[in-house]
Amino acid sequence: MNEHHIKLPEGSIEKISTTLNLGPTHPATHGVFQNILELDGERVVSAEQTVGYIHRAFEKIAERRPLYQITPLTDRLNYCSSPINNTGWHLTCEKLLGVKIPKRVDYLRIIIMELARISDHLICNSVVGVDSGAYTGFLYVMQYRELIYEIYEEICGSRLTTNIGRIGGFERNFTNTAFEKLDRFLAEYPAVLKEFENLFNRNRIFMERTIGAGPISEERALNYGFTGPNLRAAGVDYDVRVHTPYSSYEDFNFDIPVGRTGDCYDRFLVRNQEMWQSISIIRQAYQKVQDFKGAEAEVYHADAPAYYLPQKKDVYTKMEALIWHFKIIMGETDIPPGEVYHSVEGANGELGFYLISDGGRTPYRLHFRRPCFIYYQAYSELTKGSMLSDAVIVMSSLNLIAGEMDA
Amino acid sequence: MSLTNATIKERLIGKFGDEVSHFEEPYGLLSFESPKENNLKVMQFLFDDPELRFQFLTDLCAVHFPGQPGRELAVVYHLHNLQDNVRIRFKVFSGIEKPDIFTATQLFSSANWMERETFDFYGVNFVGHPNLKRILNVDEMDYFPMRKEFPLEEQTRVDKDDAMFGR
Amino acid sequence: MSRPVRFNIHPITADIKNNISLTDMPPGHTGEGFFATRLNDVVGLARKNSIWPLPFATSCCGIEFMALMGSHYDFARFGAERLGFSPRQCDLLMVMGTIAKKMGPPLKQVYLQMAEPRWVMAVGACAASGGIFDSYAVLQGIDQIIPVDVYVPGCPPRPEGIIDGFMRIQDLVGNESLRRRNSEQYQSLMDSYGIQ
Repeated sequence: MNEHHIKLPEGSIEKISTTLNLGPTHPATHGVFQNILELDGERVVSAEQTVGYIHRAFEKIAERRPLYQITPLTDRLNYCSSPINNTGWHLTCEKLLGVKIPKRVDYLRIIIMELARISDHLICNSVVGVDSGAYTGFLYVMQYRELIYEIYEEICGSRLTTNIGRIGGFERNFTNTAFEKLDRFLAEYPAVLKEFENLFNRNRIFMERTIGAGPISEERALNYGFTGPNLRAAGVDYDVRVHTPYSSYEDFNFDIPVGRTGDCYDRFLVRNQEMWQSISIIRQAYQKVQDFKGAEAEVYHADAPAYYLPQKKDVYTKMEALIWHFKIIMGETDIPPGEVYHSVEGANGELGFYLISDGGRTPYRLHFRRPCFIYYQAYSELTKGSMLSDAVIVMSSLNLIAGEMDA
Repeated sequence: MSLTNATIKERLIGKFGDEVSHFEEPYGLLSFESPKENNLKVMQFLFDDPELRFQFLTDLCAVHFPGQPGRELAVVYHLHNLQDNVRIRFKVFSGIEKPDIFTATQLFSSANWMERETFDFYGVNFVGHPNLKRILNVDEMDYFPMRKEFPLEEQTRVDKDDAMFGR
Repeated sequence: MSRPVRFNIHPITADIKNNISLTDMPPGHTGEGFFATRLNDVVGLARKNSIWPLPFATSCCGIEFMALMGSHYDFARFGAERLGFSPRQCDLLMVMGTIAKKMGPPLKQVYLQMAEPRWVMAVGACAASGGIFDSYAVLQGIDQIIPVDVYVPGCPPRPEGIIDGFMRIQDLVGNESLRRRNSEQYQSLMDSYGIQ
């Protein structure tokens, strides 16, 4: 902080600026990161960010865990949308190991990933509402996040940090209850989203608060490494699902919503539109899953006995299953040495996994390309010269999840 | 005509000759290496060239190879050409005694914090970085934790019995 | 839970010069007394149904807390309607999520700023013991730096679990004696953490 060069705006009467420390203990919702703002009255002159308040050394821990034990770590990256992180990690492992995934598994993965995206965007948008003073939106949509949690619970047993799926597919087939809850979600949620949009989109106060707050141009956004809704709000239509399709996204029909100025209002609208697109993708995926008949409708994992644990009843009765079970758990299966980089479209942007394997059961190096960490750098540029209240709104509209930022 | 790995390789060898080496294509991603003094020249070339246009820095990280004397620390850059949708991986190696690498912050603003994180974890000194200090760990830490010789667990904890926790 | 008050454990024999004769109270009559006990109960009842929590939400458990605040699980019906973010105004410090070593000093500062009587609830495995993160950067449990009253296990605990923890806190609050914060046991606990 002593190295700060304070440049006061021309003609300002106050020659002394105030230092305001915003965080690390924010009013709940955001997460732990700190902003030291130099204020000239109400205007922000400069901002300095400090992160690392929840650094948990994921990359070092990952060097000591076999591949299937790293999934719970990836849960805790962007904990609002854990299934996307889990699936991204499984896709990376499958790329390294050369496991081919059947279509039905891909479609089921898409369903849960899009549900996770809706869940994350709901938090972000309702928290933007809370920060601008509108608590109702938050309470209203939390109910539908509960429904999404119930769907996760049917599939994998846990609500938030899901550890969903395995390398090669899922641990069990989706039950009928899961599909019933999905039906209920698809029936009820669009009306809720419409009402949520009606509350905010043309609301005079909300528009005045968010339009013009924290704009960023395309070139600066690209230079800062923005990806995800923040980049799309600035006008660049880069979406990993379209450009490097994974898990059969190429079979689906959806649009990429794009904004213009990259300010908070654009980010809010882009996230809302992405939720509509996600609903459409879930419907298409659900239809495709229901189109599988007979034996194909029971497929929920790839045929990769070297990496996917066999059924327990087979382990107790068949010799091969016992041997595979032993090999996988004790780490005797061959992990090919090599390096792979795979990225998925996380709720915040391109979540990348750079995995270097040396043939042992644990990775030699695992690096997470975390979108929040990369775009938070731009915060000082986004808030330069804006009011203090804009600084708060910009922070919440960027959707900064501390777990992903610090890893 | 779309940009293929062969074209990129040709252009790089055409411009830099034998300064770029170790061309590999693991899982379809072209990966090459260059001496650490040339890292900015190579990236500037990849950025400015009208056909190559690698103008997006996806990722910057480091890897520690204790078994390769003289080439222990590798800094890995992942670049992306958004218009043609091509990715590339570029590595520079450095010995561990003097890990000085030129900073990429002039070219890519996103490299700022990524280099700070790399410094924090591995001790790579990025020459010319505006604010090279620790970012994720506590400021008072005096070692570089991700290097292979340091342990994962906190050494002063008393409540977790190593034998029971499988260390 | 009244601590028996001890008067005159070394009774002075009657001294003709001082003209005072002291004697022990008959057994069964020592203790805080009827009115003080009733006061304890009333104050406890009032306190436990109107706790002002400070949600110190750092990571995933914080999202379960947000779900708890929603209408499905409704934390407000326990009296914890008003969440404060200023430690000066709050009774209960709910630490939800991993506390890294870098976050330790702010957490301790927040705890020190709270006024007596104050309670601490460690929600989640990370706050209780470091959780799955047995690494150099994570504090292995917040009880390394502040005294904790209730631990809620889980990763993350279901909102029902957090409610259960909160109800245990309410039991503690309701049954607490008015003198507990001045007792020497409590003082020695604070000293062991280095808190004045």
